[in-house]
Amino acid sequence: MHPAFSVIFLTTLIGAGQGLFLALFTGQLYALANLLPQQDDRYFYGLGSDLAVLFLGLGLLASFFHLGHPERAWRSAAMWRTSWLSREVIVLPAALVLIALYGLIHWMEWTTPFFVIRDALPVDASLIVGVLAMLAVFALYIATGMIYASIRFLQEWHSALTVINYGLLGIASGFTFAAAFSAWIGNGLVGFYGTWAVIITLAALVTRSASLIRNRRIKHKSTLQTAIGIRHTHIQQKAQGAMGGSFNTREYMHHQSPPFLHKVLVVFMVTVFTLPILLLAASYWLESPYLPAAAFVVQYLGLLAERWYFFADARHPQNLYYQSVS
Amino acid sequence: MQDPTTRSDRDAGHVEVKNTTCYMCACRCGIRVTLRDGEVRYIQGNPDHPLNKGVICAKGASGIMKQYSPARLTKPLRRKANAERGTGEFEEISWDEAFDILEDRLGRIRATDPKKFGLFTGRDQMQALTGLFAKQFGTPNYAAHGGFCSVNMAAGLIYTIGGSFWEFGGPDLDRAKLFVMIGTAEDHHSNPMKMALSKFKRNGGKFISINPVRTGYSAIADEWVPIKPGTDGALFLALIHVLIKTGLFDRDFLVNYTNAPELVNLDENSPNYGMFMRDRDMNIEEGCFDAQNKYWWDRHTKQPVHNRAEGADPHLLGAYTCTDGTPVKTAFQLLAERVEGYTPEWAAEITGIAAERIKRLAYEMGVVARDQKIELPIAWTDVWGKDHQTVVGSPVAFHAMRGLAAHSNGFQTIRAMGILMTLLGTIDVPGGFRHKPPFPRPIPPCAKPPKGPDSVQPGKPLDGMPLGWPADPADLFVDESGEPVRIDKAFSWEYPLAVHGLMHNAITNAWRGDPYKLDTLLLFMANMAWNSSMNTTGVRKMLTDKDEEGNYRIPFLVVADAYHSETVAFADLVLPDTSYLERHDAMSMLDRPISEFDGPVDSVRIPVVPPKGDSKPFQEVLIELGTRLQLDAFTNQDGSRKFKDYPDFIVNYETAPGSGIGFLAGWRGKKGDKEMIGEPNPRQWEMYAQNNAVFHHELPKSYQYMRNWNKGYLTWANQNGLTRYIEPINVHLYSEVLQKFRLAAQGRTEGRQPPDRLRERVETWFDPLPFYAEPLENKFIDGKQYPLNALTQRPMAMYHSWDSQNAWLRQIHAHNYIFVHPSIGKANAFADGDWVWVESQWGKVRCMARYTEAVEPGTVWTWNAIGKAAGAWGLSPDANESQKGFLLNHVITEELPEDDCGCKVSNSDPVTGQAGWYDVRVRIYKAQPDEPKQSFPQFAPLKPAPGMSPARRKWQAFMAGILGK
Amino acid sequence: MTQLALVIDLNVCVGCHACVTSCKEWNTSGWAGPMTDFDPYGADPTGTFFNRVQTFEVGQFPNTQTVHFPKSCLHCEEPPCVPVCPTGASYKRAEDGIVLVDYDKCIGCKYCSWACPYGARELDEKQKVMKKCTLCVDRIYDEALPESERLPACVMACPTNARLFGDVHDSESEVSRQIRDNGGYQLMPEWGTKPANHYLPRRKTEIRIHEDELVRADNPLKKEGVPARPPADRPTLDDTTSW
Repeated sequence: MHPAFSVIFLTTLIGAGQGLFLALFTGQLYALANLLPQQDDRYFYGLGSDLAVLFLGLGLLASFFHLGHPERAWRSAAMWRTSWLSREVIVLPAALVLIALYGLIHWMEWTTPFFVIRDALPVDASLIVGVLAMLAVFALYIATGMIYASIRFLQEWHSALTVINYGLLGIASGFTFAAAFSAWIGNGLVGFYGTWAVIITLAALVTRSASLIRNRRIKHKSTLQTAIGIRHTHIQQKAQGAMGGSFNTREYMHHQSPPFLHKVLVVFMVTVFTLPILLLAASYWLESPYLPAAAFVVQYLGLLAERWYFFADARHPQNLYYQSVS
Repeated sequence: MQDPTTRSDRDAGHVEVKNTTCYMCACRCGIRVTLRDGEVRYIQGNPDHPLNKGVICAKGASGIMKQYSPARLTKPLRRKANAERGTGEFEEISWDEAFDILEDRLGRIRATDPKKFGLFTGRDQMQALTGLFAKQFGTPNYAAHGGFCSVNMAAGLIYTIGGSFWEFGGPDLDRAKLFVMIGTAEDHHSNPMKMALSKFKRNGGKFISINPVRTGYSAIADEWVPIKPGTDGALFLALIHVLIKTGLFDRDFLVNYTNAPELVNLDENSPNYGMFMRDRDMNIEEGCFDAQNKYWWDRHTKQPVHNRAEGADPHLLGAYTCTDGTPVKTAFQLLAERVEGYTPEWAAEITGIAAERIKRLAYEMGVVARDQKIELPIAWTDVWGKDHQTVVGSPVAFHAMRGLAAHSNGFQTIRAMGILMTLLGTIDVPGGFRHKPPFPRPIPPCAKPPKGPDSVQPGKPLDGMPLGWPADPADLFVDESGEPVRIDKAFSWEYPLAVHGLMHNAITNAWRGDPYKLDTLLLFMANMAWNSSMNTTGVRKMLTDKDEEGNYRIPFLVVADAYHSETVAFADLVLPDTSYLERHDAMSMLDRPISEFDGPVDSVRIPVVPPKGDSKPFQEVLIELGTRLQLDAFTNQDGSRKFKDYPDFIVNYETAPGSGIGFLAGWRGKKGDKEMIGEPNPRQWEMYAQNNAVFHHELPKSYQYMRNWNKGYLTWANQNGLTRYIEPINVHLYSEVLQKFRLAAQGRTEGRQPPDRLRERVETWFDPLPFYAEPLENKFIDGKQYPLNALTQRPMAMYHSWDSQNAWLRQIHAHNYIFVHPSIGKANAFADGDWVWVESQWGKVRCMARYTEAVEPGTVWTWNAIGKAAGAWGLSPDANESQKGFLLNHVITEELPEDDCGCKVSNSDPVTGQAGWYDVRVRIYKAQPDEPKQSFPQFAPLKPAPGMSPARRKWQAFMAGILGK
Repeated sequence: MTQLALVIDLNVCVGCHACVTSCKEWNTSGWAGPMTDFDPYGADPTGTFFNRVQTFEVGQFPNTQTVHFPKSCLHCEEPPCVPVCPTGASYKRAEDGIVLVDYDKCIGCKYCSWACPYGARELDEKQKVMKKCTLCVDRIYDEALPESERLPACVMACPTNARLFGDVHDSESEVSRQIRDNGGYQLMPEWGTKPANHYLPRRKTEIRIHEDELVRADNPLKKEGVPARPPADRPTLDDTTSW
């Protein structure tokens, strides 16, 4: 597939934004369980949520660049019964609103508990909205991941790993983001988030590697033989019907060499996994607001490469029809 | 969005539907044009048209983009006074100025030496008018593009069977059981051939394609027989060998309808050596037909008898001695002896086709022809008065065009094919070859070229037709010393049967002044500075070359074209022609009509949109010029204008005063109630318009077959002015016509003799029986150094190379590759897609290679004329056509090097002058990595001419009519 | 239920591209138009087409088949492109099974094109909506056209009649008969998309000659006395052996 930059930015931005929210809310839940100290509502949750909203908003903005007719984007909620894209379109604003509301609640400190469950769990507006937002965020990961995973003949994508990877990488970048944010405001949660970020990044390394291995081993169901319905071991295309290129040669092909692809693979393996882990690990010993921030920036940039590779790695069966001109 | 099923396309804007005739290629299908608010919305095949019955091709369906192409010329242009020719610096002038220039210049030429004016046209469907103009002007220097297209196919078959393929005739695939197509034949008669092929295949016929390349029609062949280019003659001769050896020939057909059983004089001392024995005492009318005063050897009386003597049964084979001691053999015996050595094993070496396969092919042809005969219950009477209750056909059909023709040995190759068809008995029969009126013609047809220099006189029409069909040396157009009178040397001893002229040498000869210089050259639709010339680079130089005094060697060049072709840049005067949708035209019986097997068909073009800018149909230009120059055909006795315009001319012109024969055969007579012959009908155009722009006269069934010998048909043809004689047109298995030229070359005759330097050439090639010889060019080439044959063919979406200006078609073929078998790449260290040099002894081009498994490995090929010069055809200078596309013509020579005889002759068939552009041999090697990734040669980009649409838009979204505005 | 479709006979397709440009010319000014071209007179011209003819070579010299392969939207019975469309712009007509795009609803997200394994959809990069073959839905029901012309433009144009049009659900239709009798098949059956368009494969006619057919009593050579009898004085076994 041709890597679509709007989509690359969309998925990486909202992935990180969603992850950041999950990190914040995880912090709140840990604090509720007294595993972490209580945090300052306004700055940590409020500002943090604003950052998450900002990322989701930027992602949403990026998505508009993907559309031929962004002014009609509202129509795309119509087919939620069948279309994962439609579902994403519904869930994304919902998640965004819920996260914003979550941030607002903290900012306004509307955190007086409505009731307390078993004397241990004070239920306030932030918890209710947070749970709802968390559900929306998970739903969004799934919806976004399923947009790709549901296309069954894009066999590189048609796997649970696509959703898992997408989710884990988003959450990892969100926790790295949270670590960086914590370091920035100096709230002492760098270690907490950093640890989780490393754990999730390692988990993502496992699942992403699994998908890479899986994709290397894929036996494509479609072949030139099934594409044109002729059973012969030696078939070659000579002409594809257009010599100056077509939508088919632009949308589904990356036109890059295998060595270039390999370089991108190496780059994202290093920048998404190795470097952030090293930087986060370093921040245990070297207290610096910059190391976690650097980890996030590196990981985010790496995710751009990862997402580019994700597209380029997928071989659309229609490409069988577009191999040669003459 | 509106429901698509609740709207009607006819409701969008003001809709008009008009019928006319396509001219995106030379096929000339009937088209129906839908206009929306005056703009072309849809061009479809006319379902009521006999030629294409509603279908249309890729080009025809892209006519909109041809009509609205930015390459259209819209103003008469004059080369700027200070600008060099070829730089494309023009200024707009008015038509009055253009006519004044031409009137003045041509008037002076006509008054002094009319042959200093040359008129050459690329399209030859307007020959009746362009030829008339040339003849009236008085110049012999006129031809269309047939000489480098397929004249061998016309001449080879017409000199053998009295008809040929394409407009002249074709395979009856409705009833054939076996169809054999040889060589590139896609780009003639394309839609009817496609329709017929599909029907044929669905009816269960077997389709064999004999072709070095498997594309196009060959793709759907049941059997592909890859053959080395230029060796088809060897294959045919071997097939004939097998058919004769196994007795798989149609004896009855040979006896009744050919000269096979006729006795040939073999008395070495006779001036008639090699001629048929004839009864000179028989009272035979003189005329241009093959007199039937010849002899058979009767098996009953064991002596010579008059051909077709009552009760006689001739021997087909045998050598005999007449009572006067003259040794004779039957023509068939001579043929059998000729092919004796042409064994399948011999041909296998040459053609690359295994001997066993050649035998099998012959068996299949012979057995299908013999055992699957078609007998139609159609009674007919032969020209000798014998009644037949049925028409019997051998269902083996052939088709071939340029693949056979464009070789210097093509004439004899095609004669061999005609003889092969004859042996199988498939001439004008159901399931075989069938003629289309006005064919068959006598062998050869009656029109003759002028006889000598005196035929060209100042201020007078030419005495003779500019093009014709020589029957013996007396018909040649040469001076006392046997040297040519025409600028292209057609009908000289160099190319005696050059029935379509040699347009491909006109510029070279005029440039060199051999045989003389021209003053003005008028090119209509002939892209001589590009794909219509061999040695394109050289020809471009000649067009701008100057003599010692600084004058152009070709002093004045006029180009008439609708589009900004490469040649336009070299013009001194440009005459903008209209598109085919903007003009009147006649596909005339006087020319090459679009007849069907079942009867004559002619058709017209009627404008569906007004001319763009100041463009003017070329026909109108000729009529205006003819009027201004006071040519007889175009003026009244008092010198006043005879015809208002072209439509008026078409209606009122008669071949002779009161002849009743004019350009169009339909709706003649004052009331439009006559066919073929009748007084001019002032409402003739209207009646064509009301009848799908086509006239089809369906002959009675009994006139539709065996027309070479069909009394009913020949009488009908005679009564309707198609032929002068009701005489049989027997197949020339043995060609006495060729023998006459050979005898002259051997010095055995009294009449005209070839110059000594050409005696051997004429003697060799004017063999009355077909033979195989390698193409001439091979003699000058080291086959080891240039081991590959290089060919071109036209892709179906670009027939006739006229359409790179078309935004839709050029997306299908934007540039071309040289197609090679992978083994060639491996042997020469280049890969699929690499830039390579294709080099012949004459020149080289750089292009990209594409591997293919569908080619005979000793052959490389490319799509012809996709490559264009930068900036031509309304394309931007960086367009694929000029940067990646290439023209193979750069490596093809138009002349052969001086021979041992000191002759420098055209690279053409020595019989017909057919350009041998399929003879070129090349080698291929990889381009260096530091070379530009760009085709070679490159030329300075053409600038758009004044009056062309400047718009080279980034995008266009065509929608006809107001909706799109 | 009706399912209109094309049946494309590869046995007679000569690759002439008539279907390609007749489609373009009808549709660019029709309901589904315009069909934009970019760089129409420049380098690498490219534009929207609903139908293309491709060329494949099957086998190796000399046993090569050249196959011309027209490809347009297959109007799948289970069209994967339809459910993924977020706006409902892509739809399959219940009445005849034609898959269409409503340009007014299309947001140009290209997701449907990703979901088509055949590459049958093309985004018009000027109008920014997805376009595809409509089976000339604006012709086939247009009562202003003569009944014989209520056919897709490509079908009317095709010189070899390689494109048959009809209802593949009607077992009595010509298209169904052709599919049955001539081994009609669907592209990429592995995806279960059930393309309505079918292709008919190459079929080969052969002639077999029996040796007997080369001899026969009516061989004209017999009449000519060929093979000629050898000269009577030629040596034979009689001269050398007596048994």
